[in-house]
Amino acid sequence: MNNKQPLIDIKNIKKSFKTDRQDLLVLDNLNLQLEDGEIVALLGKSGSGKSTLLRIIGGLVKPTSGEVLIRGEEVRGPVPGLAMVFQSFALLPWITVLQNVELGLEAQGIAKNERRARALKAIDMVGLDGFESAYPKELSGGMRQRVGLARALVIDPDILLMDEPFSALDVLTADNLRGDLIDLWNSKETNIKNILLVTHNIEEAVLLADRIIVFGPSPKNIRAEVKVDLPQPRQDDETKFRKLVDHIYTLMTMPDETTYGYGLKIIDLGYRLPKVEVSEVTGFMDMMKEDEYRDRKVDLPELADEFSMEIDDLFPITEILEILRFARVSQGDIELSPAGRTFADADILERKKIFAKNLLNHVPLARHIRRVLDERPGHRASEDRFLRELEDYLSEEAAEETLETVIEWGRYAEIFAYDYNNGQLSLENPN
Amino acid sequence: MPRQPVVTNGFTVYSGPIMALRTYTKNEATNWPVPNYWDLIALCIIFGLIVLVAWGGAQMDRPYNVGQTITLSLNPSHLPMYAVRTVLRMFIALFCSLIFTFCIGTWAAKNKKAERIIIPIIDVLQSVPVLSFLAIGVPLFIALFKGSLMGPECAAIFAIFTSQVWNMVLSFYQSMSSIPKDLREATAIFQLSAWQRFWRLEIPYAMPGLLWNMMMSMSGSWFFVTACEAISIAHQTITLPGVGSYIALAITHADKAAIVYAIITMLIVIFLYDQCLFRPLVQWSEKFKFEEVLSERISRSWVVNLFQRTHVLRHFGTVFTTFFDSFVNIKPLNRHKKVSVIKKSDLHRKVTTAITNIIITALLIYAVYLIEQYLQHTVTWHDILKTLELGGITAIRVIVLIFLCSLIWVPVGVWIGFRPRVAATIQPIIQFLAAFPMNLLFPVVAMWIVKYKLNINIWVSPLMVLGTQWYILFNVIAGASTIPEELRLVTRNLGVKGLVRWKRLILPGIFPFFVTGAITAAGGAWNASIIAEAISWGNIKLTAAGLGAYITHFSRLGNFPQIALGTIMMCLFVLVINRIIWRPLYNLATERFRAE
Repeated sequence: MNNKQPLIDIKNIKKSFKTDRQDLLVLDNLNLQLEDGEIVALLGKSGSGKSTLLRIIGGLVKPTSGEVLIRGEEVRGPVPGLAMVFQSFALLPWITVLQNVELGLEAQGIAKNERRARALKAIDMVGLDGFESAYPKELSGGMRQRVGLARALVIDPDILLMDEPFSALDVLTADNLRGDLIDLWNSKETNIKNILLVTHNIEEAVLLADRIIVFGPSPKNIRAEVKVDLPQPRQDDETKFRKLVDHIYTLMTMPDETTYGYGLKIIDLGYRLPKVEVSEVTGFMDMMKEDEYRDRKVDLPELADEFSMEIDDLFPITEILEILRFARVSQGDIELSPAGRTFADADILERKKIFAKNLLNHVPLARHIRRVLDERPGHRASEDRFLRELEDYLSEEAAEETLETVIEWGRYAEIFAYDYNNGQLSLENPN
Repeated sequence: MPRQPVVTNGFTVYSGPIMALRTYTKNEATNWPVPNYWDLIALCIIFGLIVLVAWGGAQMDRPYNVGQTITLSLNPSHLPMYAVRTVLRMFIALFCSLIFTFCIGTWAAKNKKAERIIIPIIDVLQSVPVLSFLAIGVPLFIALFKGSLMGPECAAIFAIFTSQVWNMVLSFYQSMSSIPKDLREATAIFQLSAWQRFWRLEIPYAMPGLLWNMMMSMSGSWFFVTACEAISIAHQTITLPGVGSYIALAITHADKAAIVYAIITMLIVIFLYDQCLFRPLVQWSEKFKFEEVLSERISRSWVVNLFQRTHVLRHFGTVFTTFFDSFVNIKPLNRHKKVSVIKKSDLHRKVTTAITNIIITALLIYAVYLIEQYLQHTVTWHDILKTLELGGITAIRVIVLIFLCSLIWVPVGVWIGFRPRVAATIQPIIQFLAAFPMNLLFPVVAMWIVKYKLNINIWVSPLMVLGTQWYILFNVIAGASTIPEELRLVTRNLGVKGLVRWKRLILPGIFPFFVTGAITAAGGAWNASIIAEAISWGNIKLTAAGLGAYITHFSRLGNFPQIALGTIMMCLFVLVINRIIWRPLYNLATERFRAE
């Protein structure tokens, strides 16, 4: 035991969700300490369990095992002194800005006059004065999130949880709000001792956080911890900043347990396929065949910047390219493979053939579906059959998503046909 | 959203017939404002309402013994007072429905175990005809309030209540269970108590849907008012003064003029409460609509405008808001529950679940046993086969009629739905028609049938859907208006016309809406069969073969076993048809034809 008690102490947290057949592990034996006076970012792809962790700390979700201590006390439900800002703002549309901000104070049973005074002060702090009597739907996204922030600040929290607070906003608005958040943090006008920020935006994490916790795919969660020692205000074009962003890209593209040998990604039947549409793959390849990227290792951050994509958009695509052996990703770089270059240069029909070949060779699920259809006398099978098989490995939702994805790819590759109305997979061509 | 006065340079400018320029005072001003003309008008309306309610209420609690006859007069001068008493009954029933909805709907939405029992029960109760409830209610309430008119009054109110409440509960329950997760989380993290969450989140979220269902319930219950007020059960006839029993009396006397007076009275009454109560409520509920953007269409109500122009009453409004705030924040109800330290073990949970399941099953078996025992000694196999046959006849009626109605109203609805301006003007008219009790037209049909010697079994049937056909029309209009403009343009652009256009564009577009409307209409038709299959006019008494007529007949005689058998049979028919026809259609509609 440390002589100094951490503000938030996360001990051996395990969280699994029940599915029909087995439990799906989302967080596995996670340990983390958060101290006074730091902004910590939880960074990861979607589905890595970072939002679940935030909700466990907030007392909204109960862990399967393990415990969270806040100031030494176990969390058994939402605790006072902790506030949360939501991605979707989560404002009540039928009451005014002022009443929304007062909500948390009302819950504490604070008298009306004091409530009003404190709410007005919080609205002032986030720069929304003049909009007290407006309804949330009259406001733009950025202003709504300011209301969300004011609603959190007004209860004078010492811990502020933020769940992708800027990802529903446009780039400029998000930038603006980030700046204001940092100013607020530095001004010491509030009693906030710790901000815990969930994000999938690497630059946002580097811009705001003192410490970045990089999440890997579940269930093995924390992949790395990065300290950010840049002084505020940080500029995203500084060399140090760029270096750090690069470093985190590398961490996030580090090979995981599904990858063996020469950086080739080998997957099994129950692998959760990234939700990527074929058009995204072909579109990406169209861009990659430009001369500047075609024959060399390309820096992923550079690519993301160039294509103005975020990691949540970029990583699923690079993942499927790896799976299909169209590219190799390592150390935050991507490089097209010979097969990838052939695919990029081919015409529409040729592309389909290459795609079909690699799909059958490297995606066991696609191969499995095709084999079942080949073996059946009528060459037909219900999608439910495969869904049930997938549910042995994945949660119901993930299984559906994976099957949907593989069906889309298979239809594009013309390795099987699908009838939406009766959910039948077959080898026939639609007439 | 209520229009706030526009504040410009410290002056308040009211838009309206009179432009009053006054210095701007804050809403929260504590000194009492000076009353204006509008206050006077609004006060007159309010006091008038209070006096009427007080009078009607006092009339309810007069001494009364079973067997006594209450004389009713067909003199139209009595109609206003009858109308007041009828409306009062309906609103008391509506109020009870609301309380019931809040309690039971919340319970079902919050408690998984309760949900599993409550929702199917309500599903069944929804298909129990009003007369059956009346048959239970009358003896019960008369015994409860011996020697007072309160007994029959309560029985009537109970019956009206049963015709209003079920769809309200279902609507509320559905809203409650579809509250967005992030809003739930937000209220949890800011530690609102269950009481605060109920008033700040759950009620507002459910309000638009609930209000719509209240209006529908109110309309629907007019249809049954004649049956509920002129109670003729077990050889007794108790007529409670009201529009319903006035109509019943006019029918027995075959008094055409009286029917016309009743129709006029009802038109006025429906118009009045629609304008004075529901329009303002609808306008108010717009702000609870869960939408991200401001909607362009805002319902307007002259009553709201009137009250917004008043001084003193607006002040009352602020007082009321303050009162509501303290009501929501009442201390004793907002104590924070300490989260229990002892974690319930898996085994513990399994055991409790098993025990509840056993209790439920035991109760179920016992209930079936009781029914069986009861019916065994009083009902013969012959009766059962008879009700089965009659149920089949009524089922055929319902299905054929829904089909015919669809043939008529689908094209009309599509035509209206494609023309937003027409829809806007026609919608209130249809709403009005839907509220109008079509059983007033029954005598006309009865006379025709006798005059032209028509087949009773066929020509009585249309009466069943007269009241409920509007649901089909409503829903088709709504469906047609959601078909995207672009899709209509593109079909026109491609020269898609006639049958192909119907097959490819219109029918798929309105299908989910149509199915919902048809389900509601069919349910209503079953309920209406108890009135529509047995109509009379003076000495003419026409009874068609059907389950509705069967129940009506035996509830007049007071034969409980037969009422029970008929009711059970009707529930079974409705549930089975729901399962084998409507549910698959509904699933098909939601899965395939949802525009995404």
